[in-house]
Amino acid sequence: MSKTHIIRKGLNLPLLGEPSEKVNSSGFSSSFALRPSEFIGLNPKLNVKVGDKVKAGECIFHDKSNDKILVTSPVSGEITAIDRGPKRRLDAIVIRPEEKCHYVNFGKEFPFEKEKIISKLLLSGAWTLLQMRPYGCIANPMDSPKAIFVNGMASSPFASKPSISLKGKEEFFAAGLKVLNALSGKTVLSISSNEESKILLHAEGVELHRFSGPHPSGNTSVHISKVSPINKGDIVWTIAALDVAIIGQLFISGEYHLDRLVAAGGSGMKEPGYFNVRGGQSMSVFFNENVKPGNYRFISGSVLTGNNIGKEGYLGYLTKQITIIPEGENTDFLGWVLPGFDKYSFSKAYFSWLFPNRKYNLTTKLNGEERAFVVTGQYDKVFPFDIFPNQLLKSIWAEDLEKMEELGIYEIVPEDFALCEVICTSKQPLQEMVRKGLDVLYAEMN
Amino acid sequence: MKFLQNIFDSARPVVTTGKLKPLYPLYNALETMLFVPDHNAKSGAHVRDAIDLKRTMITVIFALIPALIFGMFNAGYQHYRALGLLNDAIGWLQFFTLDNFLFGAIKVIPMIAVTYIAGLGIEIYFAYRNSHAVNEGFLVSGLLIPMTMPIDMPLWMVAISTIFAVLIGKEVFGGTGMNILNPALTARAFAFFAYPSFMSGDKVWINTTTGQGEALVDGFSGATALGQYATTGGTTYSAWDAFLGIIPGSIGETSTLLILLGGIYLIATGIGSWKIMLSSLFGAIAISLIFNLVAPNMISPEQQGFLSIPFYFHLVFGSWAFSTVFMATDPVSASHTEKGKWIYGFFIGFLGIMIRVFNPAYPEGMMLAILFMNVMAPLIDHYVVEGNVKKRLKRLKLSTK
Repeated sequence: MSKTHIIRKGLNLPLLGEPSEKVNSSGFSSSFALRPSEFIGLNPKLNVKVGDKVKAGECIFHDKSNDKILVTSPVSGEITAIDRGPKRRLDAIVIRPEEKCHYVNFGKEFPFEKEKIISKLLLSGAWTLLQMRPYGCIANPMDSPKAIFVNGMASSPFASKPSISLKGKEEFFAAGLKVLNALSGKTVLSISSNEESKILLHAEGVELHRFSGPHPSGNTSVHISKVSPINKGDIVWTIAALDVAIIGQLFISGEYHLDRLVAAGGSGMKEPGYFNVRGGQSMSVFFNENVKPGNYRFISGSVLTGNNIGKEGYLGYLTKQITIIPEGENTDFLGWVLPGFDKYSFSKAYFSWLFPNRKYNLTTKLNGEERAFVVTGQYDKVFPFDIFPNQLLKSIWAEDLEKMEELGIYEIVPEDFALCEVICTSKQPLQEMVRKGLDVLYAEMN
Repeated sequence: MKFLQNIFDSARPVVTTGKLKPLYPLYNALETMLFVPDHNAKSGAHVRDAIDLKRTMITVIFALIPALIFGMFNAGYQHYRALGLLNDAIGWLQFFTLDNFLFGAIKVIPMIAVTYIAGLGIEIYFAYRNSHAVNEGFLVSGLLIPMTMPIDMPLWMVAISTIFAVLIGKEVFGGTGMNILNPALTARAFAFFAYPSFMSGDKVWINTTTGQGEALVDGFSGATALGQYATTGGTTYSAWDAFLGIIPGSIGETSTLLILLGGIYLIATGIGSWKIMLSSLFGAIAISLIFNLVAPNMISPEQQGFLSIPFYFHLVFGSWAFSTVFMATDPVSASHTEKGKWIYGFFIGFLGIMIRVFNPAYPEGMMLAILFMNVMAPLIDHYVVEGNVKKRLKRLKLSTK
């Protein structure tokens, strides 16, 4: 029998544009791109040049510090451009897909040796779907983790529900779990307390844990902290349930299909719903067809942690949802003095609290300016960890490595601070700070 | 509002370049006060709460305003009463009069203006020097400072106290968010020790300036309730009057009722820490009950009298209520951890009443208690955080066993 963990602290943002369960197709995409910056902890070295022809699953670039970690193409086609930013930093590798996708065949056999499984994952590029804790970066194949946590939840705004996204992929999901079981002695699957989908409930070879409560109850850090907290020196790998199916498909069909059924939500969507997309695809056609006219922010990911990709942008390789919300425009005359019946706030400082069930069409507006840390006890209300968020942030700010360790930086990743960032009175860039802290610590420890 | 925006737009090139550049923080502060800027989230979360530091501060100001307005009425009321110009038979009708209000307003509004000009002047200078925007913290401090002063405090003393508080209490530590002491109380403490004859005693709480043909009523004493307790062990004021606030005292501190309303508003909006307020209440009650127990053992009848008063007297007389609701809850100088807030608040109530009763030189102990606990807050936090660190280490040890 699975255990239910109740998370009390947190917040479900009352946003308009909840995706319906209707599944739509998103059509053929005329261009794909891979952005190395998306792969945290990876220092890219190119394996291709402009004009090269690649198959889906063929290596595009690899990690300089570990040349076994490959990032592979999601489609077959021709490399049409390699974009570089300042200091010749690799920005994006653009691929023009062929009409019919050709896949590299990695073989249909299901090896039982851990080494062979790892090398198949590495070779296909599917390894990059596994993240490690601490640091929240791509897992290191040399490590032996104490557990693998599979996230089968969707608590962040408009997140893709695994029960919908995994429909029809039961076989792949089960095979994926088998692969993970071979990698580590313990696989934990976390699901929502009211989950009814059989594919998740009857998953084999996993330790099932249920979580209830507001977001971030679906964040993997929360699951780890309740099931088996990370101590200094511990390593845990994490993966999303949607990606487990991709791994399963790789082992069953021998091909690396980076296809996902993802939720597209937000007030900018004409009809919020589920769409079949492939990691790295160009979104311009999709946005043209599905987004209302107006000035919107196009987010690959959620409103809490996603990337602003712009109207002509490419979907992230690892992205599991799409969000469209209005860009903030216009100043707000005396906005801070007036009662603010229509202003959303987690606090009750605006009189919008009189309408507790209202949903909001929130824009990307900061609603203020960056200020020094003044208010205390605010983050604690949405931060369900046994960690002092203000103190940890200050230790990161001061780059005090010892303090960061003591205060529990190993147990969190930037997304855990997303809600704190949303409700922060001082408008501090908390996720950026946490990422920086983890990077500094990583550089020091490795 | 378009035309206001146009004025700011046309002034922008002037203050961003050239000789007037030092005025940019002032310009920026004014513009952002009128118009919440259209800045968008660039990194991290794409949606943000409507709350900002300005809203936080104005919420505290909303909570302060009833007590402030009441203080203005009370200043006039106390003055005219001392002169025997009021008809006691008509009760409250003689309190909320235009005369009373104007008398107080003419005294209090210049004090507020002087505080804001002096304090914001320094804030703006430091904002320019360290090239950051003006932080809004002083919006509240600037109102708190006059509210803790006696009605006849000379304006220049208010100005100097404010300047001292902002410079030494805040900016030398790195500005808003970095200060150890509560800036408003630093100003009051400075005034208290620098100009004691204007800040304590029986003569300062009621304006007794007499016009031609006017005289003080026979037997007039301007002592506050706490002043009376310290000297005689009893008081002539009723607890009910004190709860309503028609007693002499600092401008904003007298009406426990309106301060209570302000406190409820702060708690309801989530801006003020209810933990600090509640624990300060517990602290005050605890020490009062202890005093009640030991009172019979005191030698002097004054001490016996002061020690044996019921706890609710302590809550309505003096500045316990004002300090607890508006001073102790300053998030920067208070304890930063939730557990710490309980300890911090408790000792403010506990020590505040203790100093008040035991040291007749300081009938108002709350100020000293809060400043002392401001200094102690980082220590409290240290041990609370250390507890968390130890828990983590213990978990590590267990897992490696």
